Amino acid sequence: MREIEASAVTEAITDLFIQANYELTDDVISALKLARQQEESPAGREALDKILENASIAGEERVPLCQDCGTALVFIELGQDAHITGGDLYKAVNEGVRRAYVEGYLRKSMVEKPFSERTNTQDNTPAVIHTTVVPGNRLRIIALPKGAGSENMTRLGMLTPASGRQGVIDFVVKAVEEAGANPCPPGIIGVGIGGTAERTLLLAKQALLRKVGEPSLDSETSNLEKDILDKVNRLGIGPMGYGGRITALAVHIETSPAHIGSMPVAVSLQCHSARHREITL
Amino acid sequence: MTKEITLPLTKEVIKDLRAGDSLSLSGVLYVVRDAAHKRIVAALDKGEPLPFELKGETIYYMGPSPAPPGKIIGAAGPTTSGRMDPFTPRLLAEGLKGMIGKGSRSEEVMEAIKKYGAVYLGAIGGGGALLSRKITKAEVIAYEELGPEAVLRIEVKDFPVTVINDSYGGDLYVEGKKKYHLS
Repeated sequence: MREIEASAVTEAITDLFIQANYELTDDVISALKLARQQEESPAGREALDKILENASIAGEERVPLCQDCGTALVFIELGQDAHITGGDLYKAVNEGVRRAYVEGYLRKSMVEKPFSERTNTQDNTPAVIHTTVVPGNRLRIIALPKGAGSENMTRLGMLTPASGRQGVIDFVVKAVEEAGANPCPPGIIGVGIGGTAERTLLLAKQALLRKVGEPSLDSETSNLEKDILDKVNRLGIGPMGYGGRITALAVHIETSPAHIGSMPVAVSLQCHSARHREITL
Repeated sequence: MTKEITLPLTKEVIKDLRAGDSLSLSGVLYVVRDAAHKRIVAALDKGEPLPFELKGETIYYMGPSPAPPGKIIGAAGPTTSGRMDPFTPRLLAEGLKGMIGKGSRSEEVMEAIKKYGAVYLGAIGGGGALLSRKITKAEVIAYEELGPEAVLRIEVKDFPVTVINDSYGGDLYVEGKKKYHLS
């Protein structure tokens, strides 16, 4: 049994959320630069230039990339031979979020009583935490600040098994088309296929955690990723919806076995400000 | 080519704007988003005073991140405009002339934009750091308790926007997509 101090989790979470909100990772910058090279529309190119300039300003002047510093999503992989000491794991995570958003000058966007008073919690807690138990004695933490503009465009479809591969393509492309300019394209299209309703939504979200454009290890799935990306980039929506060839930087698909009578499909859209950071303790 | 525009927007200026035009704005904007829209419309219904005179003004749909020490404002990019759609025709009827945000508007809003000779402008979503540089002054003028949703009066210099919906019914989201759509 390996011991991990709860305070180390708090510190890690604080650093991850601050870093994620101020600096894009190299894979995202490279994907945006490639999109700038490939884009044919002048308005689309101008939008991509501004997006890249924004990233440099954020880093240099210490201003968050986007004022929507997101819901604090945290994915935890807890090794079954690791033991958290000196406190409660989820409390430690929330304390890390609180410090990041208060000390890091990040916007606090969480409200209590969502259908009535909507009172701001003032520190962006609670985080939305997804934990899985894995072999080993390490603790992997991924921080994903997720803005509302893209999150609000999430779609879930309980497709019939008969609708097959084409049904998936049509559903995803329609979701992207209907979202239009709202989720701040060009971003990443996360897709979950299979499992149950809530499982497939989580798969779609987890698909966003890959490096941009890193294909699925399963060749049948990676071919589907390519076909959907091609279709999406024929829509013409373009950067910021101003018209253009690059509506998405990548399509990432995660799959899971499903019930004989079900084919759930979920689409989770990530804006171009694809901010996530991780650490393994 | 970018058109330099001094705020507030006048009838003549709005007449000259077409969907797709790139503009550089300088002058005063009012920052208003979800909760403040609700309160402003409630104030109109009750005949109570408004945080600012709507006539001729331009609203920016935005909720900034906190200003770090020594800065005027934090990240300051646009939020999704569609959430303001239920309130917008009412504000346009009261004389609001311009809106800045991101994302598409409802049929009702587009009709009201035409009817009242207004304009809807898009700023770069996720461009919060870049856009914060264009803000030269910012002060909370109402609803401070709403935190990031308080009403601000800001002054901008060379603030970059693109015309999405012009006063003739033009829509960049529709026209741009049509131009680059492949079957």
